[in-house]
Amino acid sequence: MHLALFLLFGILAVAAALNLLLQRHPINSALSLVVVMISLAVLYWTLGAEFLAAAQVIVYAGAVMVLFIFTVMLLNAGEEERTYGSRIAYIAGIPGALGVLGLISYTIFRNKAAVGMTTTGGDMQTGILSNLMQISHQLFTNLLLPFEATSILILVAILGAVVLARKEL
Amino acid sequence: MNHLTDFEIFLLLSVIKIAVVLVITLTAVAYTVLLERKVLGRMQNRWGPSRVGPFGLLQPLADGIKLFLKEDMMPLAVERPLFVLAPIIALGCALISISMVPFGVNYKFHGVDLFQVSDTNIGLLVILGITSIGVYGIALSGWSSNNKYSLFGSLRASAQLISYELALGLSLVGVVMRAGSLRLRDIVHSQSAHGALSWNVFGGLQIIAFFIYLMAAYAETNRTPFDLPEAESELVAGYHTEYSSMKFAMFFMAEYANMITVACVATLMFFGGASSPFGHTFDHVLNHTVFNLLFPVLWFVFKVFSFILLYIWVRGTLPRFRYDQLMSFGWKFLLPVAMANILATALALAYRS
Repeated sequence: MHLALFLLFGILAVAAALNLLLQRHPINSALSLVVVMISLAVLYWTLGAEFLAAAQVIVYAGAVMVLFIFTVMLLNAGEEERTYGSRIAYIAGIPGALGVLGLISYTIFRNKAAVGMTTTGGDMQTGILSNLMQISHQLFTNLLLPFEATSILILVAILGAVVLARKEL
Repeated sequence: MNHLTDFEIFLLLSVIKIAVVLVITLTAVAYTVLLERKVLGRMQNRWGPSRVGPFGLLQPLADGIKLFLKEDMMPLAVERPLFVLAPIIALGCALISISMVPFGVNYKFHGVDLFQVSDTNIGLLVILGITSIGVYGIALSGWSSNNKYSLFGSLRASAQLISYELALGLSLVGVVMRAGSLRLRDIVHSQSAHGALSWNVFGGLQIIAFFIYLMAAYAETNRTPFDLPEAESELVAGYHTEYSSMKFAMFFMAEYANMITVACVATLMFFGGASSPFGHTFDHVLNHTVFNLLFPVLWFVFKVFSFILLYIWVRGTLPRFRYDQLMSFGWKFLLPVAMANILATALALAYRS
């Protein structure tokens, strides 16, 4: 059951990502990105990370992408012209992307024991352990410094946006 | 039912549950519209619908037939796929989110919870997530209509929804901290000790959070006094100007279904869900399994109904906000107060433990 959902939404995520590149209208691309985000959320959920799935939907699909679409709507961006990419994309981009992908998967598979594996369904079969508790425990004990640093970074970004917008007001 | 396997029982009961909840929600939506017209009519010293059936009770049916049979007009310049998709998203999201709501006691029949369609341990987040997806219905409808009034309506609606979602989410954090869980059953259970005294709105001292939630919920459902997205004096009808027939009806149903969902969440989070306000005082009266299962459902329906009545009352009473007032109210008043409430609740919980 979980495996079927995982495969289905994995394929859907890839298909929507391809659609994002192939669509000519920006709003269709943005909507494809929404589908990618929601499919990723379902993938997280099938792997037993239900809190991460909900956060993905609320933050990315519900807030970030709404702002994207908002901007596209406000600027009233029209259809794009289809180009076949620059030469530098073919020479450097595709091998670069493949290299990064290879590096990441190599590192993960190399350190399989340290990273740990999950099965589809994760801890959901037992159902007792809420991974909300686990995540918050990790965040506020082992990862406290990166967590606080990230929140300060976001605060700085917000203040920067206010300062930039202030000139116009 | 002994010859069925557990999975078959689960499947059968789930389908029945979904069908029953869906039918009840849609009927409730239809009759909420009638209730609103009736109550508004009485407030404005007139009768409201009174011609179809006794006391106008068949009016929703007549409206439904009218909307089904109307010609489905579609302007030539619309962005066709998105124009069709938008009402489906809006209504779909509005109806899916009700599946998380536990509307009775925790009674298991062959391992299947009878009074809740789906019990997940992040139920509250699922409701918030699905509601936030519903924004796309409104945003896309306005853009794909290719009409300036629609576009303005949908821009206003999306900006308003994003802004008030923050205050809405933050107002619920205090309740979640008290319950220590995001599962809606646990949240209801955390307020079930002494009846109304232990409800979050009274005993839980979350009354400020409750009022923040209430105001943010009005904005989330685009109701007066926050109904700027469809302000008829400025924008014709807002984002659904170009829609007719069933597509318009889908937006209409989505709005009222959202109202019901928001009322359900308010009941669950602040008013003890399906529990009686008298706690366990009258448990010995009519102590029979059927009544023990039935009365919580009735209490839940009564609480949701009161919230809907409050909605209508507010609509009949308050004038509309101006747009900048709406934004500064959300960002400069509701949000800081919600954060202060989280801080106060956290300090109180830390002091007590």
